[in-house]
Amino acid sequence: MPMIIKPMIRLVGVEKKLGGQPVLQGVDLSIPTGKLTTIIGGSGSGKSVLLKHMIGLMQPDHGEVWVGDVEISRLSGTRLNDVRKRFAMLFQGAALFDSLSVFENVAFPLREKLRMKGPAVAKRVEEKLEQVGLAGMGHKFPAELSGGMRKRAGLARALVMEPEIILFDEPTTGLDPLMAKSIHDLIVTMQQRFGFTAVMVSHEIPEIFAISDWVAMLRNGKIAAMATTAEFQRITDPDIREFISVGGTVALPGSHVG
Amino acid sequence: MTNVIEQLGASALIRVQEMGRMLLFVLSAFAWLVRPPFRFHQIMKQLHFVGYKSVFVVVLTAGFTGMVLALQGYYSLRKFGAEGWLGSAVALSMIRELGPVLAALMVTARAGSAMTAEIGIMRITEQIDALDTMAINPLQYLIAPKLVAGVIGVPLLVAIFDVVGIYGGSLVGVDLLGVSEGAYWNSIESAVEWKDVFGGILKSISFGLIISWICCYKGFYTRQSAEGLGSATTEAVVLTSVLILVWDYFLTSVLL
Repeated sequence: MPMIIKPMIRLVGVEKKLGGQPVLQGVDLSIPTGKLTTIIGGSGSGKSVLLKHMIGLMQPDHGEVWVGDVEISRLSGTRLNDVRKRFAMLFQGAALFDSLSVFENVAFPLREKLRMKGPAVAKRVEEKLEQVGLAGMGHKFPAELSGGMRKRAGLARALVMEPEIILFDEPTTGLDPLMAKSIHDLIVTMQQRFGFTAVMVSHEIPEIFAISDWVAMLRNGKIAAMATTAEFQRITDPDIREFISVGGTVALPGSHVG
Repeated sequence: MTNVIEQLGASALIRVQEMGRMLLFVLSAFAWLVRPPFRFHQIMKQLHFVGYKSVFVVVLTAGFTGMVLALQGYYSLRKFGAEGWLGSAVALSMIRELGPVLAALMVTARAGSAMTAEIGIMRITEQIDALDTMAINPLQYLIAPKLVAGVIGVPLLVAIFDVVGIYGGSLVGVDLLGVSEGAYWNSIESAVEWKDVFGGILKSISFGLIISWICCYKGFYTRQSAEGLGSATTEAVVLTSVLILVWDYFLTSVLL
């Protein structure tokens, strides 16, 4: 396990059982600050569960979850909310509010959390919609959007509060390869532009090698390996090799899109 | 043998646990209600949904309930030559019993089921988690306004139900069956007391709470599937209806 100086998020010995089945069995993981870290692993390996622990949507049965210098696994109420203000999350299905238009969805955290009103809200929302390529689509409702557009709208909503950390739960699942690439590119562009700490859960191999700074692999409820993208692709462990080569040709080490 | 006892105990524990969770659910929703920010707009939106949008169905059922009460009442009262008391018979049954219970059952079917489905879908599509990650408490934002809307909306609907029902009774009793109009309204005035009205209001407030509470709870803890959502909605409507009738009995026996 690499030594990461001043990690943004740190999981120590996290264990979690769901419905009696052990999902996480002692996860130790440090997420580097200001980088894009991708967690890979087979379907049902608990990647999303791991992500939900980082933002306190799930509490570990054992172990600790540190965000900066706050241990959040036993926090609740206002103190947990204080930590969550540093976060945003893009959910698998984007989790847009059905009853609100795209504009209102993106404006929601501004209005509800910052109590912002009027033209200031409109300005920031329009700006974010433009950045994700949804300029002029604010009046539409989530039901009228395609999968890719929903993800973009979800990303705009995540970005609008300018958080320090953004969690991406399989951001390209269910999209065609071109759309998936455009979402990946968008994530990288935004990450480089705003410098937030990004944690992405994905099984888009090899695409994620082209965009991630760090890669961690979750297997049997533990982190089987974590390394920078270039090093990760040189790992010789046969199980890991098999997992990452099934997706196709391994991308060139260190190549970046965006 | 021990196995059977074990299973019995386990299922009893699950029930107790569930009841505790339900109680915590409603208590913390009310606790969040009195904390800022106050979501006046959300409350009005829910009142519009629970109250205003139920008016039509409530008026319809109230009209026919009053009419059939007058028919049945006339048939029974005529045996004793007491048709003149038809008004009081209709009004007392309406205000004390049928108004609150029937209006509450109609609201359960119309608004309660929709509450469960709406919250359940928000749970399945991670919209509730999204609220959590934005540091907005879902109990405060989603649930508390619905509880308030139930507690305020149902008594108002019941008041409409009572009035429309009594007029429905007069339509059949006075206009069709020929009971004297003066007798109909006079008997209401002399028979209905303030405590009857008060009892009806108390019932309808508690029914409003039961509806929002159970229907929100079932939606909030929906299992993650379309099937789970379907059964949550069914359970919500059945449990709410049964609870309304059971609670009605206990409240009536205390109020009498």
